[in-house]
Amino acid sequence: MDYASIEPHIPRLRRYARALLGDRTRADDLVQDTLERALKKFSLWRRGTDLRAWLFTLMHNVYVNQLRTERTTLPWTDELDAPVSARQENLLVARDLLAAIDALPPEFREVVLLVGLEEFSYAETARVLGIPQGTVMSRLARGRERLRRALEGEQDNRIRRIK
Amino acid sequence: MNRKHPLDEERLQAYVDDRLDAAARAEVEAQLDADPELAARAAAYRRQHKTLHETFDAVLDESLPARLRRPQSARRSPLLARAAAVLWMMLGGGVGWFGATTLQQGGARLAAAPPMLPREAAMAYAVYSPEVMHPVEVGAAQEPHLLGWLSKRLGHRLRAPDLARYGYRLMGGRLLPANAGPAAQFMYENNAGERLTLYVTVPRHAGSDTAFRYAEEHGVSVLYWVDRDLGYALSAKLGRKQLLRIADGVYRQITL
Repeated sequence: MDYASIEPHIPRLRRYARALLGDRTRADDLVQDTLERALKKFSLWRRGTDLRAWLFTLMHNVYVNQLRTERTTLPWTDELDAPVSARQENLLVARDLLAAIDALPPEFREVVLLVGLEEFSYAETARVLGIPQGTVMSRLARGRERLRRALEGEQDNRIRRIK
Repeated sequence: MNRKHPLDEERLQAYVDDRLDAAARAEVEAQLDADPELAARAAAYRRQHKTLHETFDAVLDESLPARLRRPQSARRSPLLARAAAVLWMMLGGGVGWFGATTLQQGGARLAAAPPMLPREAAMAYAVYSPEVMHPVEVGAAQEPHLLGWLSKRLGHRLRAPDLARYGYRLMGGRLLPANAGPAAQFMYENNAGERLTLYVTVPRHAGSDTAFRYAEEHGVSVLYWVDRDLGYALSAKLGRKQLLRIADGVYRQITL
């Protein structure tokens, strides 16, 4: 049954969406849209291929379509309810990282999260995003370097940063 | 730049992601030893990786919101058996349902539930539901933490069902000692301040799934069942029919 096959993957789709969008409601909107599409198109999934990668591919497509239509950047402050697991002393680091991720162009953000959070291989990431593996590698390197620079800057002016 | 750092970016990323074989990793490590600036970058990338997981892995333990759960049309046969049983219980007003009454439905033969379960659940309800100051240990505001913690202690992935449809909202939960080990209690409250608890434990002899059974313990109504190694008991000061309706919703959300 299709939903039964898909269900075990939902928590990871949600984790990725949460990291991608920050905001819980918008993240679950994205997951819901993805699930609806997946249930509709389930017959197109080729058995024996990686279902998780297929679902992430659908999610990427839904996300890209939304970006095209919205192109609005929401403030990320509300999204900070999300990292409950981060212990207090890590919270500032986590906040800075979230802000830095949010500031990344979506193309970079997706690569950094698919590899770093969802632990997809480079080849899988390339398939999910429909780009060459070389592009995955360069976006990964540049994305991580941007995050590093953003975070190092943040450490110096964390106090001034308060909006 | 490549003259100064023969290590190419791809290899550095693969090192950060632990995707190199031992020989390649040793080579990279030797290069990092010789180049503090490069080593600092690698360490920063690894910290990013760690922080991402620390920040977002809690999402994996959250219970799914209703809109992401299985569409109502899709059902498994055990559910049908149980749904039929619920209906049968609702209609079966003439049958005596006091004490612990076993229910069997059609071909779906379901085992007897552990006798301790309703008593423990009713006791936990009686102790904690009147509590004003500290009804729960961990509040619903920290739901991911609550679920992660209780799941870890019980050794099973737990979900706190969404009972908004029945007018109850999650207040939080606590860990309790039970006959067979740790138990979890989720507490809910409606606008009238009436409380309902879902008690979950790992029965010592889990055996097979059971039907819904109903018991009354000291004025507390308890509906309980065993499903996939976990014993569940829903307790409230409600009539049997009302409790059945909610138990059916709880069962669907937890199991499907």
